[in-house]
Amino acid sequence: MLDFSNVTNWIDTTLHRYLSDGWALATEFVLIALMLLIAYAILALVLIYMERKVCAFFQCRIGPNRVGKWGLLQSVADMVKILLKELVHINRADHFLFRVASFVVIIGSICTFGALPFAKGLQAIDFNVGVFYLLAVSSVGVVGILLAGWSSNSKYTMIGAMRSGAQLISYEISAGLSVLAVVILAGTMQVSEIVALQTDRWFIFQGHIPACIAFLTYLIAGHAETNRGPFDLPEAESELTAGYHTEYSGIQFGFFYLAEYMNMFIIAAIGSTLFLGGWMPLHIPGWESFNHVMDLVPSFIWFFGKTFFCIFLALWVRWSFPRLRIDQLLSLEWKVLMPICLVNLVLMSLVVIF
Amino acid sequence: MGTMKNKLATLGYGQIEEGKNGLTFTVPAEKSYETAHWLRFDEGFDYLFDLVGMDYGDRLGVIYYLSRSKDPATMLVLKTDTPDREKPELDSVHALWESANLYEREVYDFFGIIFLNHPDMRRIFLRADWKGHPLRKDYDTDPILNPVPQRNEFLSEMERVPSFTLQMGQEVEESHKLFGHDEYVVNFGPQHPAMHGVLHLRVSLDGEIIRKVDPNFGYIHRGIEKMCEGYTYPQILHLADRLDYLSGTINRHAVCLCCEQALGIQAPPRAQYVRTILDELTRIASHLLGWGCMCMDMGSITAFVYGMRDREKIMDIFEETAGGRLMVNYSVIGGLAQDIHPDFQRKVKEFIPYMRRMLREHHLLFTGNPIARGRMEGIGYLPEQEAISLGATGPSGRASGWHNDIRKIAPYAAYDKVDFEEVLRPGGLTFDRYIIRLDEIEESLRIIEQLIDSMPEGPYAEKTKAIIKLPEGEYLQRVENARGQFGVHITSRGGKTPFRVKFRSPSLVLVGALKAIAPKTKVADLIMLGASLDYVIPCIDR
Repeated sequence: MLDFSNVTNWIDTTLHRYLSDGWALATEFVLIALMLLIAYAILALVLIYMERKVCAFFQCRIGPNRVGKWGLLQSVADMVKILLKELVHINRADHFLFRVASFVVIIGSICTFGALPFAKGLQAIDFNVGVFYLLAVSSVGVVGILLAGWSSNSKYTMIGAMRSGAQLISYEISAGLSVLAVVILAGTMQVSEIVALQTDRWFIFQGHIPACIAFLTYLIAGHAETNRGPFDLPEAESELTAGYHTEYSGIQFGFFYLAEYMNMFIIAAIGSTLFLGGWMPLHIPGWESFNHVMDLVPSFIWFFGKTFFCIFLALWVRWSFPRLRIDQLLSLEWKVLMPICLVNLVLMSLVVIF
Repeated sequence: MGTMKNKLATLGYGQIEEGKNGLTFTVPAEKSYETAHWLRFDEGFDYLFDLVGMDYGDRLGVIYYLSRSKDPATMLVLKTDTPDREKPELDSVHALWESANLYEREVYDFFGIIFLNHPDMRRIFLRADWKGHPLRKDYDTDPILNPVPQRNEFLSEMERVPSFTLQMGQEVEESHKLFGHDEYVVNFGPQHPAMHGVLHLRVSLDGEIIRKVDPNFGYIHRGIEKMCEGYTYPQILHLADRLDYLSGTINRHAVCLCCEQALGIQAPPRAQYVRTILDELTRIASHLLGWGCMCMDMGSITAFVYGMRDREKIMDIFEETAGGRLMVNYSVIGGLAQDIHPDFQRKVKEFIPYMRRMLREHHLLFTGNPIARGRMEGIGYLPEQEAISLGATGPSGRASGWHNDIRKIAPYAAYDKVDFEEVLRPGGLTFDRYIIRLDEIEESLRIIEQLIDSMPEGPYAEKTKAIIKLPEGEYLQRVENARGQFGVHITSRGGKTPFRVKFRSPSLVLVGALKAIAPKTKVADLIMLGASLDYVIPCIDR
């Protein structure tokens, strides 16, 4: 199986041959940052295209089909447009916070993105508290959303931000508890080890029913954290025009847009890493030849395949369901999801013990 | 009718006339409130169909079209007027019929008649700084008087609510601010993704909960009633299409019927059948769009696209036969503009099973959805009595259990030849208003099914004179459009243009209903409630 650590090790040794340790490290930092940013942007473009096409097929439409073959260049054209757009000056807004907000949102999502294991040996950072780190950084975004809503000096954004605050903080609990179930099962928080432990069977199969429940609750809570329908109350376009980012324009709006799509990717990626084995191919104990064939498929294809499967689920839900109301949203979390997650945690502990 | 006449005669004042639309009772201004009160509470006239302002040239007056919810076919026309053109004053009847609240504001706006004791004597369509009252016969249209405004209307001006009361024989003007200083007021509209047209709602919020709603109209007011006074009758038809553009065919049908009634002619049977089929197709198209918009306002964009997809089939049928899609422009006075397309019957017959199949899909996709049910159930209760008092006709009123379908009450065209049910639901909740539209689509399909094969041969239009002049008199025609009872009132003085035209908009009162049911619900519900009432703004802003 293609192991990317060969490539990265080769780059590392080559750099060390020509440069001093400090400079080699600095070059690697820059290279990794560059790679991540490029991947981030390209993935976002792919996701936007995918969303538009998938949603079009759900709605009996064709979707973008004018720019490039099958409209493939549509999201590139949109990106160029958004880069060229004017930044509208908002009267009586808190300009400093207004600008900072969009960066906070995108920094949170890029930081999470950096810690994902994309393929075998292709992980920029591998903490021993990796899962904790992922949860921590991915919730920075809510600060940006609250700032955006507050600083825009508009009533729509204010309502949107308040809804968002309530929603994200609530659903963070369920997402965290579901992830915790996996941590109990794995006995480690290190992402690379979690993936390695799934060599034989993915956690969703290893963990019996509690793992399945955790996967479901994670998908629901994660979907809610991305602010997308049926949980898109913070931006509820039919009520609040665009919610917390109503007043943004040009690239500042682009940042929110990018972060929204990438958060969807990140949630799906974490879900597939923790429950579906990440880049680990599908192995069935005892079926040696089958496992061997599965190993021939490159690891990054496994990772992206699983991730895009989860994204497709999210899109499916988004384009089928109407939006919840704020009280229904909160009671779903506090009265349904969180108790289930807590009970599930106990169940998972029992499964691990016996 | 006889007993009512006797009762009116025992009052000892006023003049009684018997006309085609029922009894007409003319009373002096000082007796008008007393009579209205008596009619409302003792005689059970609990429904104010319409309130028409009139400028007779020497006198200003209003006409009340009253009806009973128990006996909706009977109509009583109550008239009153005042000779004072400088400061015309009449008593407000808003306490008797809630719908009068908006109607009287409209009359004040266009005729300058002040309604005493009315709590909100703001102009309804025109800006507060507009000079003159445009539907008066002595109105000065000079653009110097009312130039195109260079500045926006201040919100503080829109919120100053004047009211006039009579104290010790003296008229006293009072005014108060609509919203308190510490209220959190959010503007929904005039430009807002969920406003169906350019309605401007000022909403006072307590967190997510709505405390008060204040609708502002007039952003696309075109002065259609004023324009009608300068147009010949065939020209008016085109304006009728553009009132409620989603039931344009039906509105046009109403004007045609009104003129035909005045001329004493009747469209040939073939034309009546085609008109009925077209009306029902329009109703289906309108309900599909209304359903889709309601789903979209709840966040389900896919359902909206599905609604549009099915509506497209109807638009294609219209295009083939009439040339127009949204503005069909098909009925004319005396019949139809031309005969139907040879493929019309086949296409309609293909559409019926298709629509039935799609209806099942819509139920599967959206009606059964637990989130959708959770959103709609138990929200926005409109009791039957309130619906009647507000004049909320059409599917919205029928969802409260109020029998108000003109197609049943006073059948026109071919409606007396078909067997269909008026869908009534006793609930009065948002879900009832939602489901009733889909059920009405099914009923409309039944009507079309019965007519499409038995369409009589023969001419498609009655011959009319080149210049149509209605005989002197007042004419009223009611029809059931997709939103409720649509009425056309024409006063003719024998000329080729009408003296006064008034359209009864079912949408205007529906906004009044929104104002009544929205408080204590949440922001998200406000949008959904608006969509469940399904008003169309161009019909309000005539």
